[in-house]
Amino acid sequence: MDRTEAVAPSPEPSGTAGRGRESPAAGPVISMRSGTLAYGDRVLWRGLDLDVQPGELLAVLGPNGSGKTSLLRVLLGRQQLTEGSLTVLGHAPRRGGRHIGYIPQQTSLPAHTMLRARDLVRLGLDGHLWGLPLTRPAVRRRVDDLLASVGATCYADVPVGRLSGGERQRVRIAQALATDPRILLCDEPLLSLDLQHQRTVVTLVERRLRAAETAVVFVTHEINPVLGLVDRILYLAGGGFRIGPPDEVMTSAALSELYGTHVDVIRIGGRIVVVGAPDAGPDHPHADAPEEGESQ
Amino acid sequence: MIGLGLVADGGGDGGIWHQIFNFDHYGELLALVQNSLLAGALLGLVGGLVGVFVIMRDLPFAVHGISELSFAGASAALLLGVNIVAGSIVGSLLAAAAIGVLGVRARDRNSVIGIIMPFGLGLGVLFLSLYKGRAANKFGILTGQIIAVDTPQMAWLIGTSVVVLIALAVVWKPLTFAGVDPEVAEARGVPIRALSLVFMLLLGLAVALCVQIVGALLVLALLVTPAAAAARITASPVLLPVLSVVFALCAMEGGTLLALGSTIPISPYVTTIAFVIYLGCRLVETLRTKQVGRIALGSPGDPVQTHT
Repeated sequence: MDRTEAVAPSPEPSGTAGRGRESPAAGPVISMRSGTLAYGDRVLWRGLDLDVQPGELLAVLGPNGSGKTSLLRVLLGRQQLTEGSLTVLGHAPRRGGRHIGYIPQQTSLPAHTMLRARDLVRLGLDGHLWGLPLTRPAVRRRVDDLLASVGATCYADVPVGRLSGGERQRVRIAQALATDPRILLCDEPLLSLDLQHQRTVVTLVERRLRAAETAVVFVTHEINPVLGLVDRILYLAGGGFRIGPPDEVMTSAALSELYGTHVDVIRIGGRIVVVGAPDAGPDHPHADAPEEGESQ
Repeated sequence: MIGLGLVADGGGDGGIWHQIFNFDHYGELLALVQNSLLAGALLGLVGGLVGVFVIMRDLPFAVHGISELSFAGASAALLLGVNIVAGSIVGSLLAAAAIGVLGVRARDRNSVIGIIMPFGLGLGVLFLSLYKGRAANKFGILTGQIIAVDTPQMAWLIGTSVVVLIALAVVWKPLTFAGVDPEVAEARGVPIRALSLVFMLLLGLAVALCVQIVGALLVLALLVTPAAAAARITASPVLLPVLSVVFALCAMEGGTLLALGSTIPISPYVTTIAFVIYLGCRLVETLRTKQVGRIALGSPGDPVQTHT
């Protein structure tokens, strides 16, 4: 574990694109070749070739259990590919990189969490370093800036457990951006948010993507909120996958092939509705915006 | 070893209140329990700080489980005639390690504790039944009669406390991260598993310390109640441990001072003070929520412009 890296209270505003240029190669930040992930006999996906460029937003869609969250775990170095190769920022994926921001599923925060919003953000900054939580002014300022950048200043001192889902997600974004990451991994960040809060989250992610050329991998049940922003979609289903721009992936033909049964993809007023995808029944979550939380 | 009960035996001829609160010859008694007061201060410090993580990681049941094995260890030591503190530390650490290794997930953990606890208690009963010494010694391990701490015991207490405090200072930040936000902490490279085990061992040591004073049955009063009380009134990562320590110290030292003149073990005083503090904190919390409401209530936060 690399403990030598600096706390990085990077005094420059979080939005500068400097970090992107620092990297020697302007190539993909994530590069996977014939990646296969299987649990025993159960293959989640096989032969996945994936390149994610700086400043690109890749949406990862698919039914429950199709390996969306597992993909993030692989990218974070918390899980090994069964087969294939993967480099993240030029290295084999490893835990603890400060160049990867991570927004986990909402359920991951215990209800009895005692910390305030600002403390959660602060943990994203220096929580992995040994020692006591002594507050240096630089760290404090950085946390204030981060909270302000997501519009969370007014509840900075409210315990996280008392925040609404939308408020908490803003804090989560501030936390994930604390180290000025070059890759942002979001696991269902829109889950159980109403439309307005969904839009806020998407806006914040978009802002980061534009300002800092951060690559975003956005796992979601819902393509519509990010439809205008997404560069490519990775659709995982039934052990297979389909990757490409929305117009290629979100078609009746492509999804029918993927699911191995007839699926209708309908476009209505700039929205995409998927009907007949096997595991989700008539109310496939693509169709409607707010959906209930579910456990995987 | 001078038991407090022995010291106070002479004054126990009044009514029941006189038994519970008796301040005759207080000054002289005070001089006798200097060691106990020092031990109390140490325990308050250790208990208050460790308690913060007990609450954060939702481990009160583990505290109870460990304390039963600590009791078994102490009774074994009593039977064998070796150092009781060492015995209870060994018992604690074994229990803590077992819980830490076998019960990684919360659900497993509770059943592991539920299995270890009666086993420990049973062993303790066995050892105590075999022990032929003073009955007060037996009772003391359960309810905290071992109050007049002698010098070799004191050395153990200080040594163990220092180890716990230093270790806690080193792991404080990542332990907090791992406790409240394990997903992100793991992604940032915090060694979740290792920290969890380290904390269980620290908890084992802390329990063994507290068993010396309040007894195996009432350890929760020092390792859970003060931190739980503090968590009712603050979420600040600085104020919370500070208040927790203050509460634990109040309970410990207040309990020691009140128990001084009486024939009763120290534990009811300590537990009652801790409980009253907890009630007070709940009251403060309730009043505060009524008065202010939530700070950000009604406003969804600073508006973020949808288009920038």
